[in-house]
Order: sequence, then structure tokens, then C-alpha cells
Amino acid sequence: MAKENADILKQFDWLTVGIVLLLMVFGAFSICSADYNFEDTTLFSYDTRAGKQIIWIICSLGVASLIMFCNQNFLRTYAYVIFTALMVLLVVTILIASDTKGSRSWLKMGPVSLQPAEFAKFATALALARFLDDYEFNPRDFRSLARAMAIFILPMLLIVAQNETGSALVYLAFFLVLFREGMSGMILFSGFCAILFFVLGLKYWETPFLNMPFTLGPMLVMTLIQIASAAISWLYISDDTIYKKVLAIGVGSTAVGLVVSLYIIPFRLPVLQIISIAVLACFCLYQVFKNKIQQCLLVSAFALCSTAYLYSCNYVFDKVMQPHQQTRINLILGIEDDPWGAGYNVNQSKIAIGSGGMFGKGFLKGTQTKLKYVPEQFTDFIFCTVGEEKGFVGATTVLLLFGGLILRLIYLAERQSSVFGRVLGYSVSSILFMHLLINVGMVLGITPVIGIPLPFFSYGGSSLWGFTFLLFIFLRVDAERTSRF
Amino acid sequence: MKNQKFDNRSVFLRGLVVAVVLLFVVRLFSIQVLNPKYRESANSNAFLRKTIYPARGVIFDRNGKMLVNNQPAYDVTVVMRQIAHLDTLAFCKALDITPEFFMERMEQVKDRRRNPGYSSYTSQVFLSQLSQEEVAPLREKLYQFSGFDVQRRTFRLYSYQAAAHLLGDMGEVSRSDIEKDDYYVQGDFIGKQGIESYYEKWLRGEKGQEILLRDAVGRIQGRYMDGAYDVPPVAGSNLTLSIDIELQLLGERLMKNKIGSIVAIEPSTGQVLCMVSAPSFNPSDLVGRHRSENYKELSELWSKPLLNRTIMGTYPPGSTFKTAQDLVMQQEGAINTETLFPCTGGFVYNNLRVGCHAHSSPISLRDAIATSCNGYFCWGYYRLIGSDKYSSAQQALTVWKDYMVNQGFGYALGIDLPGEKRGMIPNSQYYDRIYNRHWSGLTIISNSIGQGEITLTPLQIANLGATIANRGFFVTPHVVKDIENGQLDSIYTERRYTGIERQYYDHVVEGMRESVLSGTCRAAARPEYEACGKTGTAQNNGKDHSAFMGFAPMNDPKIAIAVYVENGGFGATYGVPIGAMIMELYLNGHLSEESEKLASEIEKRVISYGERER
Repeated sequence: MAKENADILKQFDWLTVGIVLLLMVFGAFSICSADYNFEDTTLFSYDTRAGKQIIWIICSLGVASLIMFCNQNFLRTYAYVIFTALMVLLVVTILIASDTKGSRSWLKMGPVSLQPAEFAKFATALALARFLDDYEFNPRDFRSLARAMAIFILPMLLIVAQNETGSALVYLAFFLVLFREGMSGMILFSGFCAILFFVLGLKYWETPFLNMPFTLGPMLVMTLIQIASAAISWLYISDDTIYKKVLAIGVGSTAVGLVVSLYIIPFRLPVLQIISIAVLACFCLYQVFKNKIQQCLLVSAFALCSTAYLYSCNYVFDKVMQPHQQTRINLILGIEDDPWGAGYNVNQSKIAIGSGGMFGKGFLKGTQTKLKYVPEQFTDFIFCTVGEEKGFVGATTVLLLFGGLILRLIYLAERQSSVFGRVLGYSVSSILFMHLLINVGMVLGITPVIGIPLPFFSYGGSSLWGFTFLLFIFLRVDAERTSRF
Repeated sequence: MKNQKFDNRSVFLRGLVVAVVLLFVVRLFSIQVLNPKYRESANSNAFLRKTIYPARGVIFDRNGKMLVNNQPAYDVTVVMRQIAHLDTLAFCKALDITPEFFMERMEQVKDRRRNPGYSSYTSQVFLSQLSQEEVAPLREKLYQFSGFDVQRRTFRLYSYQAAAHLLGDMGEVSRSDIEKDDYYVQGDFIGKQGIESYYEKWLRGEKGQEILLRDAVGRIQGRYMDGAYDVPPVAGSNLTLSIDIELQLLGERLMKNKIGSIVAIEPSTGQVLCMVSAPSFNPSDLVGRHRSENYKELSELWSKPLLNRTIMGTYPPGSTFKTAQDLVMQQEGAINTETLFPCTGGFVYNNLRVGCHAHSSPISLRDAIATSCNGYFCWGYYRLIGSDKYSSAQQALTVWKDYMVNQGFGYALGIDLPGEKRGMIPNSQYYDRIYNRHWSGLTIISNSIGQGEITLTPLQIANLGATIANRGFFVTPHVVKDIENGQLDSIYTERRYTGIERQYYDHVVEGMRESVLSGTCRAAARPEYEACGKTGTAQNNGKDHSAFMGFAPMNDPKIAIAVYVENGGFGATYGVPIGAMIMELYLNGHLSEESEKLASEIEKRVISYGERER
């Protein structure tokens, strides 16, 4: 046992631990900065948030060393138990948690408040790893795939029920894991197209196109649908003539229509495009029945669904969404501008970061974050403080640390001998990636304001411990890799 | 190993991570390094640059008596975002305003068209220029009205309710003021008229600045760098006027219920000793909360009390102008002391006739001035314009005009007050245009006696008196004698010579002395000094204007004066006694008992103008 432990420590990936420790320390200093008051100059005491964060960091290191005693077998054996326990905890939380700013996600235990949702991530990762490893999992089998998805959609729904939609979105990261394990790329591609078409369609829905009697949005999106359909035919259909015909029916007719509209008679091009997409779909269906090319069904479905999606998005936006939801979307798409109203957070966050310049204002010298212009400055918007005080150089360093951490974890995941280990590794890196994408994207004004923490960085014990569990369980599994052979 | 065939997906995922990190780095670079907009907004965000207003310069009279000082006044300010649970009724009661006014004012403050700098996060002026008494009830209960604050400022306090036109007033800066000079911001005060306006840059001093750190809800979190970048305000310069406030008060007293002007100048220096424009107003009326109402009321009065007639009123100078004519005629050789002209009831030439009063005939230069003979000057002017020295009447008029301009007529003199008018000295082009080039001395004969097209401001008439007293030069009249930490513009110390020889002035002075001894100005005679004078009775549409121009003592002139009373009748009726008393007070230091009685009597005299449009 002693020898085994010594092997484990030797095998442990200290590089990852080093990066994480750096991020934690950097985070603690940033919290200290954000919390610093120009009048009260005590730096690190227990009363300050930075002081508390340091205590939590120390605790999390304690948690990490406890994880050292859980070997892979233990984790694999108890994966479902742990998962079930946490799902029950999530349900209990919904029932007993008090309402904090509309969210029911905090469990109060004496002086300590915990957010079970933060711990559900590692449990879900364990359960998914176990599921993909244990069964004869076939990523091309719909039932098999649906069961795997159910594992992470369940906690997602429970967290949405806690009114923490932002945290729930993070679970979409597991799609990346499934993708790595063989899920069809079409699912990811469709998700990407859904976002792209939504953004472009709404943003340019009412933008006039030159002097034409139609607007830019629908025309642009439908052209993209035609191009994508051709691309899918090229990728999935072995018959080389099909994709050329798809290209000719879709993009070709649009190009001709555009020339006619521009130089001969201006007309409503999107009408022609709808017709051409319909023709394209029919052509593909014809191929399915006549030449038995099953993949053509995919192209046909994609083209029709995308077009329907485009128009239903606009309908939902106009008729179904509440005005405040519309405003939020308009702001992020840059259609509306309201720096003092709903756009306040993002605007102030950009001002704080932008004012940092190349080298920043220096530790404790930032005015924007300290004077509380930036909301949630210790938690979700902590990256602002880095941008303001450490400048471009500091912020880029943090981003590179995160990028390095995620790439390192992918590397570690790839060297796993078991599917269990690899799925666990991809789960950790995908979740970290999702947090980075949403959090930094929000602070930089690229993605919508969705309140989730920056891993190892943001103030808060629950998220810090949650990520510690997630990361160190994987590192512990990784450290065992050779001892299994 | 299963799923080996999906290994390339790992590459795709790694690429995705790298792409997102790169995208973020590029975005960071663009907002942190490329775009300066964010840094600027950060500064305006967090730094509250609080202006510290300097004390405005104090104004003294020539003897060091304080005329204008500063008094504390208060602005009620509001930060809209901080208003919470406002008891509007209690607030209105504390300020003694109606709820309707409150609502109206709040709307005005929020209206970005009227108040371009409006932000709900910053302090906005709700009511300005309240007195200590007006604001006291609110101050006591200020804690109840979150969002509202009282800010101290200073306003003008006048020791004497006199010299309103001269001192001018202060008002809020207009949009064009801000555009012209970026020293000002919305809500600042600026001199609007008179000395306050002309010497604005001296009086205002330099604003100071305190840099405070402000958080997102507008609360002050302390001083930036412990005040290292704060700038203390620099107080404005004090001004000492050349005005003698006692003289000014007497002048204003004498001009009560009349319309007109008194200007007195110290001949040797060009310093203006008093400058009375009637009707006047109380300078304190244009200070404080009721300024705009009072201003509106004053500006709508038919008698135009806001007009500074001493420099903005242009009048026919009448016979006071004969002295100036006389000098040019002598200089150009049209007349000399030996010249005698006939005058039996006036100047008669074919069908043209200019009337005159009864006096002996023929008449000499000295007596013509003493008795103010019209005939003499008509003949002289006729001779001047028709003289064969010049090739044409046009050339003669040009020579004449140049002498007149040299004496300070036809152009603004350049006094240190805004709005001075230039008056009118016609040139030959002017007559060519009117008479289609067919004119002669006879056509324009009214000029000879200060009628016709000629107009002067009362200041120009007084300056003529100063020029004669100096025997041939004047110093540009000015009202500020001394600027603390500053120097007067050199145009107020240089002598301006008229180009007319001193001996000719001596002849005119003799005539003016004679006028006091035995002519139209007998009422100006005092035993203590030798006064000289010339009356004027200027014809116009209504009753004649009464004018007087004079100086004293004859050989060591200390004061030159012009009095102009609209529709006052003969020069001797109002002009002479008023001018005489001003000179007496200045030279003797007090009024004799007899003069005091006369002063009270003149003070009570009312010239009825009727409320017609003027």
C-alpha cells in the first residue's frame, strides 16, 4: 500500500496541479483587489473575501489529498451511487432551499452555504464515464446514445428547476464528450447551425439589402442553408454527382436570382430561395427512393428543418418572448444599445477591462472594479479585475493558463487506457472549456450575460470545491494508469 | 482499444480550444490596446471632478469704497437615482414651492434637450441661487430627502443700490458662451453686462478642482491619491474703478424721474468719474432666484431701464457740438478771432433759414460760443465747406470729417464696457448717395449747429469736454482704474491728439468761460473755481433735449462733464444746473446749502414722457 501510494505520487501529473495552483493564487489576488476598499487597507484577514477564499483554497487542497485515497476501482464501483446521491440532493435542494434572488440552489448548513449543483458536475462525469465504459455502448445506436444523454440531461433539468439556467447550460459540455466517443458530428453541426442561424437571422432580420425589396437576414441564412446542404452531401454521400446537383439547385438558383433582382427586375429573393430549398429537399427525397441513397434523407431533413427553424425563431422572438428577454438578446446581438439599462453590466465590464490597457493599472490600483461599477465583481466578473489591473499582458496570461490547462487535460485523457478514464478526462476538460467560453465570453461582451463562475478563480467555496473534486478525481485516475498494466 | 477511429476528433476538440482562446486574446487586444474609448469612459466613470469655485473679484470705487462683494447663496441639487421614498409635499413645503412647480422643474431637469449634460447618476441643479433664509428649512430636514443636496455658491452683494448699468450683472452661461470658451460648463455664471462682462476674465479667477472617487451608485469613496492631483482655485482679481460713488449717487438722485445721462471724466487721465444713465434699476434685483422674472419685467418697460444710455444712446449733440465745429473752422482758417458774422434772427441764405435767438450783431467767435449763436456757425460752416482751399465740397467734408473722428466722434471711443455705440459723423459718400452728388455746404448746414445727421453718445460729448479742457488731446475714457495683479490696457494711458492747435482751444475755452460768466451757462458759476461750459438744446421730434458740456477749473481742469436730459427743454433748464452740481461736489467735496436745496428740487422734478414707444 505504501509503495503504491508512492507510485501514485510519482505518477501524479504535477504540471496540471501547478497550473491550477497558479490560477487559484492569481484568483485570490484578484478577489483581494476587487474587494479592496480605498479607505480600509487591511489586505488578508478572515473578514475579507480574499481571506475567506484563501481558507477555501487550503480546504480544497485538503479535499484533494483525501481524493488520493479513492482509487479507480472505488470510483468506478460507486459512480452510480454518488450520482444518485447527488441527484437526490438536487431534488431536496429545490424543496428546502430558501429563495435567494429567485434562485433555489443554496443549502444552508449552519454558517456554511453550499451549492449542490457545483458538485453534481463531477458526479455526472463519473456516471457518464461508467456508462460509456460498462456497456456495449454504441455511439451510432440511437437508444444507446439517448441513455447516455439522459445521464446529463437529468441534472440539467433539476438545475433549471432551481432557477440556475446558466449553470445548467454548462452540462451541454457533455455533448463534446459524446462527440469524442463517436456521436455523429451532425448533432454538433446542427447545434452550431442553430446558434449561427438564430444570431444572423435576428440581427439582420430587418436590415435592408441595398435597394432590394427584401432584407438581408433571411436571404443570408437561407444562402448558408443551401451551402451547408451541399457541404453535408459532399461529406456524407459517396456519389460525387449529388453534391454538385444540390449546389446547383440551391446556391446556383440563388445566385441567378440575385443577378436578376439586382440588374433586371427587383423581386423578393427569399421567396425564390424557399422554393429552391423545397426543390432541393424533393430532389434528395427522390434520390432516397429511386437510388436508395439513405444519406440524402439527412440533407433533405437538414434543409427543411433549418428553414422552418429560421422562420419559427423569428416568430418565437416576436410573439412568444417577454420584452425583457427580447431586450437581452437585442443587446447581445448589438441591435439595441442601452449602456445605462440592461446593457449596464457588459458595458461596465468592457470599460473596466478596456481601461487596463497593455500593462494594467497595477495591483489594487483599478478604479472600476473597486468602485463597484462592475457587478458580481468577485464571482462572475472577476476577469474584469484581471483585465483592469494586470492589463492585456495579465489577462492573456490567465487565458493561456486556462488554454494550457484544458489542452493538458485533453492530452491526459487521450493517454488513458480505459474508456472510463478518457470519458472522465474529456468531461473535466469540456466542463472547464464551457465555463471559460461562457464566462470570459460574457465579460468580453461576446456571449450573453449568463452567470457562471470562472473555474478556480471566482470567489466562492462551492464552485472551488466542485472543480477540485472534478479535477483531482481525474488526476487520481490518471496517476493509476500504468499500475493497471 | 475501441473507438480508435475517432482519434482525429481529439484534434478537432484541441483546435476548438485553441480557436476560442485566440478569439478571446484578439478581443482583449482590441478593447484594451486598440480602442482608447474604454479608458476614457473609465475615467469619467470613476473620477468625480468636483469644481471648486473661486471667489470672484471685489469691486471698489476710486476712493476704496467697496461697491460689489460676494455673498453666499445656495443651489439645491438632485441625483435622480438616489431619490427614494420622497415625501413630495414635505419637500415642497420646505422649499416653499408648489407641487406643480416641483413636477415641472423635475421634468425640465430630466429633459436632455434643455439640459444636455443630464445623467440620472450625477448631481443636477434643481433650484439655484437661493438665499440662506430660503434654503434653511430644507437644510434642517435634508436627511429626509435622499438624493437632494444643498450646494454653496457665491453671488454678488451690492453695497450701494447704484451704478447698475456700469457694474453689470451675472447670469448663467448660455450655450454660445460655452462654445466660445471651454472654461465654462453648464450652470456656471458669467458676467452679462457692464464691468462684470468686460472684465470677466479678471474677475472670475480660475476654478479649482477636487478629484474624488465615486462608486457606481454615486457615493463618494474618498479623494483620489489623497488630493495629489487636486487644483486649488485662484481667486479673481479685485478691481478699483475710477468712479466716485458719491458723484454717482448724486447724479442718479438728480436724474430721478427723467430720461438721460450724466458722464464725468477726469480730463488728464480719461478716467470716468461718474456715469449715470436714467432711468436705472436696483442692481440687487438681478441677483438670485428672481433674476429672470425681474429681468423680463425690466426689459419690457417702455422706458428701457436696462439700456446704458451713456454709451448706447446716440443723440444730436445740439449746440455743445459748436465748440468742436469752431475748432475745425479755426484750424482750417475758415474763421479766426477777428472774424465777425452778422446774425439778425438767424442764418438766411436765399430760401434757407436757420433761426437764432436775440443777441447783438455782428458777433465774434467768443460771443458766438457764449451766447450759442446759430448764425455764426452756419456762416463759418458754409465758408469751410465752400472754401476754395479744397477742390470740392466732398473734399472739404472729408477734411472736416477727419478732424471730427480725431476728436473721438463717429467711432466707438473704446471704453472698457460692452455695447458702446459709435454715433454718426456723415462722410461725403453718405451725402453723395442721398443727394445724388448735388450738395453743398448749404445742403448740410444743420451739421454746423450739431443737428442734422450728426449723433453722439453722451460719453463722446463728455470726452469733447475733456479734450477741450486738455487743449487738444484726450485719453480713451475708461471706468477701471486699477486691476489687482494686472495692468490696464495701454490704450487707457496713451494720449490721443486731435491735430488741432492748442491756441484754437484757448479761444474756445474763452468762449466757454464767457458762457458761464455772462452767457447761457451762468448757473454753473461758483466762486471757488472757474468753470467753463456750453449748453445744448437739441431739436428732435418731441420737446427739445437739454444738454450741457463743460469742465472746471478752467486752467487746471479736474473734471469734464456732459449732461443730457431727454426732452428737458433748454440746455439751461436741466443740463446746466445738474452739471454744475456734479462739478461742485467733485471740486468742493460737498454741496453748498443753496445747491443742496436746488438738488432736492431738481430731484423732485418729473419730466412726463407718457408711456409711448420710444
